[in-house]
Amino acid sequence: MNVSATGSLLIRSQCRYHGRNVLSLVNFTCSRLHNTGPAPKQAKETERARFSPSSGSKHDWIGPPDRLSNLRPIIYHIPENETPQERRLRHLRQETEDWNHQFWTNQNITFNREKEEYILAQLKAKGLAERDENGKKHTLNSEQMAVFYKDFLDQNYKRHSSYNREWYRRNFTITLLMARVALLRAWRRLGGGRPAA
Amino acid sequence: MPVLCLRNMYKTPCSRLTGLLGTTVNKQLSARAAKCPLSSRGLTQLRSTHPKEWLTFQQLRFLKRQYVVRHSGALGQRPRPKQEPVSAALEDRGDVMLQQVQQIPTIKSVAGLAVPAPGAKPPPDLSNEPEADRLARIEARQWKELKVDYSELPDVYARLSKINLTALVVTTAAAGFAMAPVPFDPYLFLYASLGTGLCSCTANSINQYFEVPFDSNMNRTKNRPLVRGQISPLHAVSFALACGIPGVALLTLAVNPLTGLLGALNIVLYTSCYTPLKRLSITNTWMGAVVGAIPPIMGWTAATGSLDAGALLMGGLLYSWQFPHFNALSWNLREDYSRGGYRMMSVTHPDMCRRVALRHSLGLIGLSSLAPVVGITTWTFPLVSLPINLYISYLAFRFYRNADRQNARKLFFCSLWHLPMLLLLALTCKTRRTEPEALPASSSLSVLS
Repeated sequence: MNVSATGSLLIRSQCRYHGRNVLSLVNFTCSRLHNTGPAPKQAKETERARFSPSSGSKHDWIGPPDRLSNLRPIIYHIPENETPQERRLRHLRQETEDWNHQFWTNQNITFNREKEEYILAQLKAKGLAERDENGKKHTLNSEQMAVFYKDFLDQNYKRHSSYNREWYRRNFTITLLMARVALLRAWRRLGGGRPAA
Repeated sequence: MPVLCLRNMYKTPCSRLTGLLGTTVNKQLSARAAKCPLSSRGLTQLRSTHPKEWLTFQQLRFLKRQYVVRHSGALGQRPRPKQEPVSAALEDRGDVMLQQVQQIPTIKSVAGLAVPAPGAKPPPDLSNEPEADRLARIEARQWKELKVDYSELPDVYARLSKINLTALVVTTAAAGFAMAPVPFDPYLFLYASLGTGLCSCTANSINQYFEVPFDSNMNRTKNRPLVRGQISPLHAVSFALACGIPGVALLTLAVNPLTGLLGALNIVLYTSCYTPLKRLSITNTWMGAVVGAIPPIMGWTAATGSLDAGALLMGGLLYSWQFPHFNALSWNLREDYSRGGYRMMSVTHPDMCRRVALRHSLGLIGLSSLAPVVGITTWTFPLVSLPINLYISYLAFRFYRNADRQNARKLFFCSLWHLPMLLLLALTCKTRRTEPEALPASSSLSVLS
């Protein structure tokens, strides 16, 4: 952890000379130290790296919804005198974000793929092609689709409920940690006399 | 018609193309327009022979989008009707059927699937979009600093606490208060309404706090404040505590402990039972109906201080009403619910969904007839409420027999005006208590005479 802390300090001091792109890359690499990503993560990383907040900004930045997971990525601001709790919070949030992104990307892709497969299978069973003679896609009516929707939910029940539990646990932990960090910052500001980051 | 469209598009967007590209494209377009046979079949043939140069087909689709609007899945020529803001959002889960549902960009799978995607995602219907949604849509495409904007904060809080739903909850509590057979105390009424409103704000905020990733993935909820990052989760929880603690305290201290207990119980039921259950089992709907039934009971206990049969009847009316309301709403959201992992009757047990909606609509008739038996209204109430109860039952029957999007929408919209109407009728038919002050006066009169 010290490596990343000193690393960020060092590079931040150089930032003023090298401009804001370095800052964004550093923020990005520091927060990535723990993560090895499969393909969706890497795609998200490049998306995130394309954006760089202005170097004077002291806040986190939130981006547009991801194309696959519909979740919004956040770029976290690293203050200069980041305490261990703040770093832990940031890492936890980043990790949760990635985990969420992976789950929902997987979920959405699987859902759409299985839906298309189901439609094709049903159409084949009825002896119809995917498109009619006008080039329009054949659609199934809502009763037939309901069979698929129910099936999808039933097959993924365990996965969904374990995701739920994990998400609630992480959400609580993050919020409690945020509360602690906020209290510590307020205490520093009141007690320390010097302005907090 | 296709030729006309081709010509239109030649005039408008394509004529703006400049330079060599423009002249080449325009020449080709005019050549095609001249050659193009007057049929859609011809167009598709043209498309298949010259796929690469088929800018025109995209343009046609663009024009079509301008004039043909999508009404919850069915295409129609009418623009969407304007939404009434207040009575719109109702159910804790039914925030937005009436707000403009933006078309979700269809998520095309990344690799391997031959899902033809003409151009980009189907754009949202822009013809009748409210300003707030338009701004949200534009804002969603950009990176934004996560800084609290104090000027937006009241609006954020309103949306976080689902202010429309809260208003309806307070209305039902007020109805419960007004139906109680005690003299009307305006201060008590005010405290009870305020306390109930605060409890509802808390419950809704915590619900949104729990459901951020699910809300991001569903069309109707993706503009919520936490999803958009307008405030942090800690801020939302603090707001919830800031509403809940004074709310329950107000109910307990200024009204009575029973009402305070019911308020706290409702918060717990909604946040800790209903919200997680939504993803685990279909019993969430019944739990949600109980949550909706408690506010009128709270109103009654605020006025009288005790749980009577009248309170339970008012709660029963709300309980039964939830089913046609929610089942109809959830019918048209089945795909989103399935993808989001929500277990709703409409997805997993569609037959039961329709049966239950019908059963409870008929139950409303029965409960309305019980009102005079219990003594809260006169016998005129079942009679005057019969038309609206029969109408909602009729719509529920049609939904039961033939559950398509139209019938579901009709049933849902009917439930929106049915409930306020029913409560109003109950209020007008309330049994009048005989005034105790009349007795001593008449006895003194008899003494004098």
